Amino acid sequence: MNMLQTLFPNIDDWGEIGRACIDTLLMLGGSLALTILIGLPLGVLLYLTGKGQLRPMPKLYAITSLLVNILRSVPFIILMIVLMPVTYFLVGTKLGIRGAIPPLVIGAAPFFARLVETALREVQQGVIEASQAMGASLWQIVRHVLLPEARGGLFAGVTVTAIALVGYTAMGGAIGSGGLGDLAYRYGYLSYKSDYMLVTVALLVVLVQLLQMLGDRIVTRYKRR
Amino acid sequence: MIRFVDVHKSYRVDGRDIPALQPFSLDIADGEVFGIIGLSGAGKSTLIRLINLLERPSGGVIFVGDTEMTTLAEPALRAQRRRIGMIFQHFNLLASQTVADNVAFPMRLAGERNAAVLRTRVNELLARVGLTVHADKYPSQLSGGQKQRVGIARALANRPSILLCDEATSALDPQTTASVLELLAEINRELKLTIVLITHEMDVVRRVCDRVAVLDAGMIVEHGAVADVFLHPQHATTRRFVNEALPEEAASELAPFAQVPGRILRLSFRGDTTLTPALGRVARETGIDFNILAGRIDRIKDLPYGQLTLAMQGAGVDAALAALREAGIEIEELSR
Repeated sequence: MNMLQTLFPNIDDWGEIGRACIDTLLMLGGSLALTILIGLPLGVLLYLTGKGQLRPMPKLYAITSLLVNILRSVPFIILMIVLMPVTYFLVGTKLGIRGAIPPLVIGAAPFFARLVETALREVQQGVIEASQAMGASLWQIVRHVLLPEARGGLFAGVTVTAIALVGYTAMGGAIGSGGLGDLAYRYGYLSYKSDYMLVTVALLVVLVQLLQMLGDRIVTRYKRR
Repeated sequence: MIRFVDVHKSYRVDGRDIPALQPFSLDIADGEVFGIIGLSGAGKSTLIRLINLLERPSGGVIFVGDTEMTTLAEPALRAQRRRIGMIFQHFNLLASQTVADNVAFPMRLAGERNAAVLRTRVNELLARVGLTVHADKYPSQLSGGQKQRVGIARALANRPSILLCDEATSALDPQTTASVLELLAEINRELKLTIVLITHEMDVVRRVCDRVAVLDAGMIVEHGAVADVFLHPQHATTRRFVNEALPEEAASELAPFAQVPGRILRLSFRGDTTLTPALGRVARETGIDFNILAGRIDRIKDLPYGQLTLAMQGAGVDAALAALREAGIEIEELSR
């Protein structure tokens, strides 16, 4: 304890860092789940309606694609501010974990949807044709061919999205969403307590590293070619 | 019976119609092995895909049995497709599923949920294609020939009446090709399945097909019994395919027989006549002399055949030819 005090003289409440860690994990978990829930169908829609795909619908594709691109091109910090009324309408607050989740999901779902679209495009055209020849319906092709065949790419997409979300949650700290980013911003930046900065950054690095390792493991397990 | 009536197909590319198949009519009988041979780009992939409507015709009607395929609504079409198996050049297996699950896949698509029923049928099919020990492997762990056998087992899962083979042996080495063709022939014999196959190799047609259509630039230029087309090719494209299968014949066609005395004749023996000593007998009886310039004896599917190019001389040549025709041997006089 003494050593910790020497190394990090400004940190008097380690419990606060622990709570911030948990907050970050909660924001990450909640937003990742919702991002997948929204982004996966959106990605499937983008894939199916694309040119030369199973249900080409140029107009629907163009609109969805434009919407996705708009949401992706707004920097997350701006997106959060712009979305504040929407956030308030959805969850009744602009602050804390709850206030952070809507912008996180709205920021990450379009990103994940693109990754899903790309992963699905990697599925061999011949396999899809074979299942059509076997009399598979569109839903059966999506459920039993596209998603299982693309699962390596899909898990890779989830990993990349989760890591992007860690970055987003940290940014959320700037406007009062809590978590590690909030600590780093308030103590590390605004109060010049650079030991706070160091610890939170280290924790974020460890978190990202763990996510990447976990993701890589799952991808290797499912990539059977 | 598969019946095409005035069917044609063109693709729309950059606002222009590019014809892929010229109008054609064709009947494929129940239980036969029908080959479609053509160079790449001739339209054979399109033609075979018209049967299960993976490609829609631009005009004409297609019957499979009594069902007019072109007018079917989506659910009825899917039901029909389950009655038509298909195998592919690149196998198109699900990489994420085991061999057993790949074979069970079409049955699951058709709504079969009973695990015991699925297992029994999968075992039966894997035994038929000789892959029982590989049931729990993944496609990536198999050789090309084994993958195609999985493809065949999968295509047979829903007990189809028709099997479509899309260049099924083109990615395989010669030995594997032979064993896969043997399996197809066996399936045709034992299950009375109609097989339609497309290929660019005349040898594939010779080994397994009953009838063949030759496709050249979107047109069926010749069709008929394999023995007829093979022994007496009419169209230039057909001749090219036949000559590829019989390189020595090709050489003889080109060889200058100017130096050889006598009349140059090509004799074709089919079936039983191949096995009778007709040539020797006729030569003795008519006192002619003959000199064999080129020849081959082989099988077309189960039919033994022989084809000899001869130079024949002597007073009795006409009588000899008559006697040979009498014995059921086909004779062509080759111009020089």
